[in-house]
Amino acid sequence: MSSPYLIFFLIFSVYPILFSLTLVFHRWNIISPMKFVGLENISYLIHDPLFWKSITNTFYFLLIHIPLQVVLALVLANALNRKMRGMTFFRASFFLPVVISGVVVTILWKSLYSTETGLLNNLLIQLGLFKIPWLTSVHWAMPSIAIMATWKNVGLYTVFFLAGLQGIPRHLYDAAELDGASAFQQFIHITVPILNPVVLMVVILSTINGFNLFIEPYVTTGGGPVNSTLSVVLYIYRQAFSFYKMGYAATLGFSLAMIIFIVTLIQKRVLEKDM
Amino acid sequence: MNKILLGKIVHYLLLLIGALSFLYPFIWMVSATLKPENEIANLSLIPSHITFDSYRAVFDKIPIVRSFLNSLFVSSAITASVLVFSSMVGYAMTFLSFRGKNLIFYIMLFTMMIPFQITLIPTYILIVKLGLADSYLALILPFMVSAFGIFLFKQYFSSIPRDLIDAARIDGSSEVMILFRVIWPNAFPALVTVGIITFLTTWNEVLWPLIVIREQSMMTMPQMVTLFAIGGSAESQQGVILASAMLLAIPVIIIYIFFQRYFIESMASSGVKG
Repeated sequence: MSSPYLIFFLIFSVYPILFSLTLVFHRWNIISPMKFVGLENISYLIHDPLFWKSITNTFYFLLIHIPLQVVLALVLANALNRKMRGMTFFRASFFLPVVISGVVVTILWKSLYSTETGLLNNLLIQLGLFKIPWLTSVHWAMPSIAIMATWKNVGLYTVFFLAGLQGIPRHLYDAAELDGASAFQQFIHITVPILNPVVLMVVILSTINGFNLFIEPYVTTGGGPVNSTLSVVLYIYRQAFSFYKMGYAATLGFSLAMIIFIVTLIQKRVLEKDM
Repeated sequence: MNKILLGKIVHYLLLLIGALSFLYPFIWMVSATLKPENEIANLSLIPSHITFDSYRAVFDKIPIVRSFLNSLFVSSAITASVLVFSSMVGYAMTFLSFRGKNLIFYIMLFTMMIPFQITLIPTYILIVKLGLADSYLALILPFMVSAFGIFLFKQYFSSIPRDLIDAARIDGSSEVMILFRVIWPNAFPALVTVGIITFLTTWNEVLWPLIVIREQSMMTMPQMVTLFAIGGSAESQQGVILASAMLLAIPVIIIYIFFQRYFIESMASSGVKG
């Protein structure tokens, strides 16, 4: 009964990986025959400013997205972790953006972010502040996308943290209280260490998410202004399906996979040692 | 006593602010799609008069109903296939002993770790070479079995008592019959979890359709809405673009309202285990 899986695995995993590896050493636009170019794709990649731009863009995104995500999810999970009426409603509303298609969320936020007519800038003006060029400024565009992505995903991580919080035995807090620990001390010395594995998971999932950023810049900015929101997947998409550089796109894909692997490995090391 | 009450009120107030920051944008979106185009920028939620012009424009400009049916068909087919095939493999991995079982397990672990960036282009080329571009098969075939589904099923099946299977075998049931008649009725939570997650991810998938589908009549709903929003046919009318996004969101919102508990628990458990 495992045969469907084995057949599927051969066609949709083994073959693509081998083929992808072959493509790294070739130049190919699908139509004309494949041409062996040795390490040309790799050396092109090393000197490709747009590739490195897309990588630094992603790190910039993660730098804002991950801390925001972890802190907000922890706060929301703590707020939900009470035996009070209406918690189901609150949990469900935090989670709503998670189930809604990224396309909807992105279109919605593009409207909210609109410099002249957007809700956010209208609100800022009402408060007597100034307009922010959310998606049209080189400095603001990536942070704006990071805020939007956090809004979309934070509900999921809230639920992860909530499950973690509910697994902490009550008597730990009781003992700490007897010893005179404040609520904040309890949070730092009991809650945070126990939730460390969940934090690690949230960090790794957000990182993978960040490296896979596609639809958000595709719909809101098209990678602009001046490539400030060009993501790696968007760059691969363009190389492959706008320019038909299959060999180079495959090289980009492999490099991205390796970068994700290395980054998450480092995160795992650091976070597991940390506490 | 008063202090506790005050604490509770503050707590609710904070929760309410939280809930509003997630719900308000959606409420604003509903209102924006029902307003005349020139009122969208107003802060007020209530339009001077309710108009369905934006929705009418969407239906006039793009075959959105067709794309809805495409999405519904593709997502249902993938979900059914994942449920059947992944539970079959999960069953074999749990209850049958055969050569290479461990090997398959490691292969599965490995597949789950391959990022899609590596397989994206070769799979696209495979689909093109098979002559499947612009077809339902292009959308369905690469997602018919899921390693993640196999894992969840394997994990859940391990908790089902072996006696149940042994008894059915003595009665002369075939393994396939045991799976569907004995195991499935006892594995409702696993079926719901894998079903919801598979359906939702395929319903919301947009990169793959953008790559393999160019023909408008074959497009999935998120793909069509995306192209509508960034392309010229909406003539950058905000209300019309938002209305198309609203139409994409409505089916999921309706299902979510009724089954939110299953959605949240499914996704939370899959994350913790996966």
